[in-house]
Amino acid sequence: MNFAKYAKVFEVGVQNTFVYRWNFALRSVFGIVPLIGTIFLWRALYGDDPARVLSSYTFSALITYFAMTVLVENLVTPTEDEWQIAGEIRDGKLSALLLKPLNYLAYRFALYASYRALYSAVIMPGVLLIFFLLRAHITLPPEVLTWLAFGASTVLAALLQFLVAYTVAMIAFWLLEITTIVFIIYSFEYFLSGRVFPLDMLPAWVQPAVKWSPFTYEMYFPVQVFMGRVKGDALVQGMAIQAAWVLILYILATTLWRAGLRRYHAAGG
Amino acid sequence: MKRHLAIYRLAIRNSLIRDMSFKLNFLLWMLVEVLWFIGQLAFIEVLYGQVDSIAGWTKWELVALVGTHQIVAQLFQAFFYVNIAAIPELVRTGRLDLLLTLPIDAQFAVSTRQISFDSIVNALVGGGIVVFALLKLGIVPGPVQIALCIAAILLGIAVHYSVMFSLACISFWSVRAQFIHGYFNLFMIGRYPEAVFRGAFRFIFTWLLPIIWVSNAPAQLLARPFDNPWPGITALASGTLISLAATRALWRFALRRYGSASS
Repeated sequence: MNFAKYAKVFEVGVQNTFVYRWNFALRSVFGIVPLIGTIFLWRALYGDDPARVLSSYTFSALITYFAMTVLVENLVTPTEDEWQIAGEIRDGKLSALLLKPLNYLAYRFALYASYRALYSAVIMPGVLLIFFLLRAHITLPPEVLTWLAFGASTVLAALLQFLVAYTVAMIAFWLLEITTIVFIIYSFEYFLSGRVFPLDMLPAWVQPAVKWSPFTYEMYFPVQVFMGRVKGDALVQGMAIQAAWVLILYILATTLWRAGLRRYHAAGG
Repeated sequence: MKRHLAIYRLAIRNSLIRDMSFKLNFLLWMLVEVLWFIGQLAFIEVLYGQVDSIAGWTKWELVALVGTHQIVAQLFQAFFYVNIAAIPELVRTGRLDLLLTLPIDAQFAVSTRQISFDSIVNALVGGGIVVFALLKLGIVPGPVQIALCIAAILLGIAVHYSVMFSLACISFWSVRAQFIHGYFNLFMIGRYPEAVFRGAFRFIFTWLLPIIWVSNAPAQLLARPFDNPWPGITALASGTLISLAATRALWRFALRRYGSASS
């Protein structure tokens, strides 16, 4: 396997994105305003009482939780990949790529990685500023092992989120219009990945479903690892479930790709 | 004026025909919005599993607020969202030319191209939730409150419109303006009770850009009759006037810069 060509794809991806600075600037504003809103809401819930504990979270722990979800989201959540992939399939642009000696999944992953890397680099000063402003509330993990586990589960979360986007985009081989399907999956992702509230605040009878759901491992799980709320056996088990979901989605994605190619007839191209 | 109305009637008719010819899509879009709404109600359930009141708001008052937010957001989506979100693409491809040559106001032409009927249905769902919350609260609003509430909702839609339209105008300078789709994030803070916000953030989003009032003002009128409604309504009314005027100025300024794509 020749990695040089995917490195080139990565580089072109970086250049393409850097042209559009306004996009970056406004996206970060749109990202930060709701975070501040959320913090205000929870502060009202805690009634300015630092000792108060709600569902095993102090106010400071909850702030750490939300700040970390913002960080993980910026690091790993794909922004346009599913639309671009579906667009390439629908408009027949895929044909040009099929002629090249490229593995399409690897090609898309290189583009995804370049966009995430650049986006993270640009947004990092802003994220660091948020962490600095909230420093009174944020506790960093004391153990090296926690950092390593967080790093590993974030990488797995990135693979998982990319593969979900890729798999959903494969539907474009069968349906012209996948916007509604993307949004239906996105609405599940949005609430069940823990973006709105920590999932352990849900009632006890839902917790088994939370444990086995793939969405849990897209964001909530790495953050829990970072906060030291998952340790020992639970950590090993969680990362195993996360890795299993990555594998399942990879198999699903490649199966759909092969089946889709057999139907593909390059509309208009 | 008469010509504008006639054209708008045609746009409504065409949109209805379009929505009805893609019935499955129509239903799926409704499903998306219903899922979001259920998620929000689940969030309220989680919040009130922890405490009994948030900044003085009880559970059903907050449900009424989220329902009102749904009404405003969905009506805005029904009449303007798709049109404004399409502006960057019109500019990029140069298809704006066609709209500029029409013998009607250009801003009117780009703002009213289509209507999404699924969003109107969803606004009605939001209305149903508000009514349900009011029943739970045991409140029957009088005609004055209802009239003021409708006025506040219309002002809220106007605020939505001018903020998003101004953002779309950026596409005249920056070719790719996909950030426009992240716009709804900004308005999420409108679902929270205004009493939770403080400091500079509160000042910016209640007086400079009255996003917080967009849902809070109409919801207060209905669900919290003991609150003084006038600060909210005043902020909304003045905010609407200023932001609409600013939008108009920005649009004209941007158009002067427009040089079409291919010519």
